[in-house]
Amino acid sequence: MIPTAFEYESPTTVEDALRLLAEGGEDVKVLAGGQSLIPVLKLRLAGPELIVDLGRIEGLRGVREDGDALVIGATTPHHEVATSALVREHAALLVEAAGTVADPQVRHRGTFGGALVHADPAGDLPAPALALGASFEIAGPAGVRTVAAEDFFVDLFTTAVGEDEILTAVRVPKRTGWTAAYEKFVRVAQQWSIVAVAATVRVEDGVIADARLGLTNMGSTPIRPAAVEQNLVGLAPVGEAVEGAVADVAAGTTPPDDLNGTADYRRHLARVLARRAVVRAAGA
Amino acid sequence: MAKKPITVTVDGVSCTDDVEPRTLLVQYLRDQLGKTGTLVGCDTTNCGACTVHLDGRSVKSCTMFAVQADGHAVTTIEGIASDDGALHPMQQAFHDSHALQCGFCTPGMIMQSLDIVTEHPDPDEATVRENLEGNLCRCTGYQNIVKAVQAGARQMAGGTPDATEAGAA
Repeated sequence: MIPTAFEYESPTTVEDALRLLAEGGEDVKVLAGGQSLIPVLKLRLAGPELIVDLGRIEGLRGVREDGDALVIGATTPHHEVATSALVREHAALLVEAAGTVADPQVRHRGTFGGALVHADPAGDLPAPALALGASFEIAGPAGVRTVAAEDFFVDLFTTAVGEDEILTAVRVPKRTGWTAAYEKFVRVAQQWSIVAVAATVRVEDGVIADARLGLTNMGSTPIRPAAVEQNLVGLAPVGEAVEGAVADVAAGTTPPDDLNGTADYRRHLARVLARRAVVRAAGA
Repeated sequence: MAKKPITVTVDGVSCTDDVEPRTLLVQYLRDQLGKTGTLVGCDTTNCGACTVHLDGRSVKSCTMFAVQADGHAVTTIEGIASDDGALHPMQQAFHDSHALQCGFCTPGMIMQSLDIVTEHPDPDEATVRENLEGNLCRCTGYQNIVKAVQAGARQMAGGTPDATEAGAA
């Protein structure tokens, strides 16, 4: 399958990329790792006039520390996030989640920022980013602005990043010493999440002192079940106690109803996966 | 649309060509360079038959444009045997373990197996299975593929493949 013809530019600076986006108008697509965009182009679901490839902008790739945050460059491949010692130490949840994206080959090419901007409801990074309280650095014609995770995910495949803007980095507050688990339910290998639950906790003296959760594919955007997080505080991380605390994890969600499962089945999965994720995170 | 000049090192040889931006890496390898050892299976990023190495790590060449490989090094299944024609230890292990039936998935399987060994020099069965998640085989049931990857890894580390495992059909 061959995409429709397009012009191709591979700028080496963010400024040049923004200029190309401004000049190109509406018929431009931004290419990072291409693991979502190229299949879309091959199916001819999109046929842009111009593709702006961010792959040659050096400053967009890599993980670094900046005070009490980690800064993950937008074009850092999933594999690099999943194997980063810094990420393991300060944002263990991302190691878990990035390591489950698609398959190894896709994780070598697909990028952290690209997957977040793509904002597939079944994608594995939005819910962890929300749970961790990440913020998003977005460059545009008027400069760089920062958007909080709760404002970043707008709808199905839609984020706060405008047509003339580029996500350059994601800031993740350090949660050093927190442990994490990402419980993903799929029927076959390499599948998109039917439902997944991200959990990261801080255990002190055998009880949960802090908990943050995120739900994947339980609505058009990722969901943070704040009431459940509160319920978990002070509990010993054992199955029965956790099961009670997460009983309402699916309250207010609007999961899809499709061939992979009914909405009710997904609500059931969310409860089971939330228990597993919290128990495993606390024991990790 | 204007063609773009690219220079890619393919199996150790520097190649300079003009390509349309929409040309996929796998098309460039097969149609322009004649490297038909790399196969197109599903053409939808699922099956892994088109797996090659880009700068030493595995990628699906049906899901990458040739222009993205400009300035980089690509290794295909045709670039891993010795100059004298002797098979790479991983190729030999697939042969010895009967790790293929129709053979269509084999080039991609072998390239992904080599990627596994770069991170896991002596992979256990679970590691092999997890890391072959992106490579589909519709013939073998994977049993002998997993054995071959483990035997090939041992051979690459300088050991000898476990004869009983490698020989089991």
